[in-house]
Amino acid sequence: MKPSEKPGSVGAGLKQRGVTRREFLEFCTAVTAMLALPPSMAKVMAEAISGARRQSVIWLSFQECTGCTESITRSHSPTLENLIFDLISLDYHHTLQAASGEAAERARASAMKDNEGRYLLIVDGSIPMGNPSYSTIAGISNYDMLVETAKGAAAIVAVGTCATYGGLPKADPNPTGAVSVSDIVKDKPIINVPGCPPIPVVMTGVLAHFLTFGSIPELDDLGRPKSFYGETIHDRCYRRPFYDQGKFAESFDDEAARQGWCLFKLGCKGPVTYNACATAKWNDGTSFPIQSGHGCIGCSEPNFWGAGPLYKALSMPVSANTAMLGGAVAAGAAAGVVITWHNRSNKSAAKMAHDKVTVQELTREEK
Amino acid sequence: MSATIEKGINSFKEVIDAPIASFFSSCVHCGLCAEACLFYTETGDAQYTPIHKLEPLRRVWQQEYTLLGKVGKALGLSKPVTDAELAEWEPLVYDSCTLCGRCAMVCPVGNDMTYMIRKMREGMAASGHAPEDLVAATTRAITIGSPMGIKWPAVLAQIKHVQAETGIAVPVEREGADYLVLMSSMEIINFPEYLSALSRIFKQAGVSWTLAQDAFEATNSGIQIGASDLAREIVSRIVVAAERLKVKCVISPECGHAFTALRWEGPNLMGRPFSFEVKHILEVLDELHTAGKLRTKGKDQRPLTYHDPCQIARRGGVIEQPRRLLNEIAEDFREMPDAGVMNWCCGGGGGVSANSRAEPLRLQSFKYKKGQIEATGTQTLITACANCRIVMEEGLEHYHMKVEVIGLTELLAEYLVEEEKT
Amino acid sequence: MSYLDLLTFARGSALNWALIIFSAGVVLRLFEIFGLGRKADLAKPRATTPGSGWRTIFTRSLPVQGMLKRDPVTYIGGYVFHLGLLFAIFFFAPHIEFFRGLTGLVWPGLPPALVDASVVSAIVALVVLLAHRLNNPVKRMLSGFGDYLAWAATLLPLLTGYLAYHHLLVEYTLMLALHLYSVELLLVLLPFTKLFHTFSVFISRWYNGDIFGRKGVAS
Repeated sequence: MKPSEKPGSVGAGLKQRGVTRREFLEFCTAVTAMLALPPSMAKVMAEAISGARRQSVIWLSFQECTGCTESITRSHSPTLENLIFDLISLDYHHTLQAASGEAAERARASAMKDNEGRYLLIVDGSIPMGNPSYSTIAGISNYDMLVETAKGAAAIVAVGTCATYGGLPKADPNPTGAVSVSDIVKDKPIINVPGCPPIPVVMTGVLAHFLTFGSIPELDDLGRPKSFYGETIHDRCYRRPFYDQGKFAESFDDEAARQGWCLFKLGCKGPVTYNACATAKWNDGTSFPIQSGHGCIGCSEPNFWGAGPLYKALSMPVSANTAMLGGAVAAGAAAGVVITWHNRSNKSAAKMAHDKVTVQELTREEK
Repeated sequence: MSATIEKGINSFKEVIDAPIASFFSSCVHCGLCAEACLFYTETGDAQYTPIHKLEPLRRVWQQEYTLLGKVGKALGLSKPVTDAELAEWEPLVYDSCTLCGRCAMVCPVGNDMTYMIRKMREGMAASGHAPEDLVAATTRAITIGSPMGIKWPAVLAQIKHVQAETGIAVPVEREGADYLVLMSSMEIINFPEYLSALSRIFKQAGVSWTLAQDAFEATNSGIQIGASDLAREIVSRIVVAAERLKVKCVISPECGHAFTALRWEGPNLMGRPFSFEVKHILEVLDELHTAGKLRTKGKDQRPLTYHDPCQIARRGGVIEQPRRLLNEIAEDFREMPDAGVMNWCCGGGGGVSANSRAEPLRLQSFKYKKGQIEATGTQTLITACANCRIVMEEGLEHYHMKVEVIGLTELLAEYLVEEEKT
Repeated sequence: MSYLDLLTFARGSALNWALIIFSAGVVLRLFEIFGLGRKADLAKPRATTPGSGWRTIFTRSLPVQGMLKRDPVTYIGGYVFHLGLLFAIFFFAPHIEFFRGLTGLVWPGLPPALVDASVVSAIVALVVLLAHRLNNPVKRMLSGFGDYLAWAATLLPLLTGYLAYHHLLVEYTLMLALHLYSVELLLVLLPFTKLFHTFSVFISRWYNGDIFGRKGVAS
């Protein structure tokens, strides 16, 4: 018996649901392409996933807006159904699971116990450190729940900019003392999948990678999978040629904007934002913000919320303005008056000290 | 009483003004001024770079008149200008700068190095770092009345000689005359032709003029050594005489720095505008010529060229006049390369010719003028400055060149229409 | 601190302080210069030449006859560098946005390829001029720490700008931040080094033109 035909394996589950091997292979091809793996890996991936047991996943949601969950439920190929019912065993997700209250928490506890050291922990939302009671689930503070659940996890996937970098809750003045997952958990591999929200296929792609290889993908300095976050939006933007030609929209409704020219002057943060929006796109590959006429706001970057006004061009000063320069000029003038006064008294003193030069005084006495 | 470093630094502090501050602020050390200076081009020695000659003055400006300099000085971080440094700079400021102003025309940021060297010499003189020969010349100018030690009797002797030669009376101390004529020591001793030429020209043109017994000397050693107190005393003799004789105009002779001293520095030294005009002899001759009062006959057939004295041309604005006059009396007038405002100095202006220590350098630097003269292919060199003339004669002799140097006034007189000759 | 944080700080507080020091410094230096005053010239000018100083501000940009041949490297290098820098600073679209953000003024930019070429020319000119400075005995003698500092401070913004634009060496975000920091270094140094000639050149040229103009020598 092939491993994929073993009862309880992903392959068996797929078969049961009428998913053909061909359809599954197509899915694997799509995922390998996204992960920038060689095409031959699709078959390997199909074999690996279908032969494996369904991966136990615990999803914790802390200070978040449910946007990340919204996003993943709009995932296209691979679809949510594939994910939840065919590839993984989503044992705990308090938004999506049917169980509630005690039953829900029991599900988490048993998943942790049954799959200790093997389950995958997904976290969205930041963790409030200011006061544990700012955010609790079943009376358990976010911090305690994270620490407890992280202990037995094989790896952690932090999805969304809140879980990865603190997100909007962390924005100045950060009233809850929000921190990211990696600020708390130091002893587990963490994959950061930032974005507000992250691109659904990026989330599923990362899961597929873990399922295939049982390891985490190659990450950059900020813990992001390089395959998705290796290039800037600007680098892959279809409007890039307009930037290179110096063709810019000056307002959101001018002719240049209608012609689809570059949105740099309207504050697009594409040049400094590492994400796959321009290639993976959203809503089943329909579009992404720049394509729909709005500049990138840089949501997958740490502290993007504090990186200057959204509608000011990247090359514009964040806060310097004419009034500030005026103040500096006035200060310079005031200092200038003081130094002029000092210079003038210095020069007058020299004039006062001037001894009329006579021919006798053209030579030195000692000469 | 004696010169001291304190007096020198004090002078530096006195003379630094807004233009100097802007000049030092603007300098980017591009070194182009060196390419404009014949002491550099002829020696290849970088120390003769014009802006470098001003380094001690720049340091005083920086330390005394800039915020960073003041802070540095207060913290004891800056090196004060020392006596030894000024001694080291003395040959740069006096021996290798003729105040010709070529660098000031070339500087891309518009620095007038000549303006600054002139002012820097105030401090050099006050600190006892002026060359011995210039000190001696200045002392003679103050005590005797002329840097070469000439007194009125010597002038009188020349007057008698000129009168005998030309049969024209030379007016002396004539109140109400239109023009007061001055001479340079050099002309009195070496070029008596000037006075003779002038008498004949003025006679023909019917000009009313006079000499003044106590103000015949036009040169001003005080300007060259850079002591305004002494320059004032010297120039005041002329001003007093001009006012006493109620002349309309004082004529500066064929001498470069005398013109600068009287025309541009004079009123500023005296602290008041003059009630009379100051003109260079070439300006007067050109005016007479334009008015038809100066009639010439015939033309000089020799190929000849004209050397623009720096203080007359570049620093004096008398450029077209000599050319108009020369074209009237010369058949084959050839311009030197860079003629006019960009002329090259003879190498002896600004007190350099009076400074025997500078002679080897001056002769070495004369090579440039030598090449320029050779380029014209002429053997007759006209100029309008007795100092240029003597410096060039020495240079020509040094390089064994058979070129005759003639004053323009003198040449002009040779071609005067001689009328009613009895 | 992430690279974006470095960039945000560079665009924010660091830029503000650099601009404050720059603006106040420039005004202070202008006071320093003009405050020393100039005695009125009592000598009657040869000709009333109104605007001689103003004219010289422009005419002095051209080499005097014969000088180009004497030191072509300095002249040509100087032109290429200054024009390249001018184009790069004022005609690159993102830079125009910078000035718009600061002053509200806008003007048309040049195609980025042209700006890119001018930046490359300016960098090459700077390198050639440095070599010339080290080789030419006059320039070498005149040069001190300040000259090399000014050279480096001028090169860095050009270099980092070029590298950022072409996404070379390090991540774009970091290079852009470095570009801004190098500009800020330049801004802070400008009023207090020879780089101040950016402003004082107009003053010194004016005085030069005025001094010569009064004597009837147009320059």
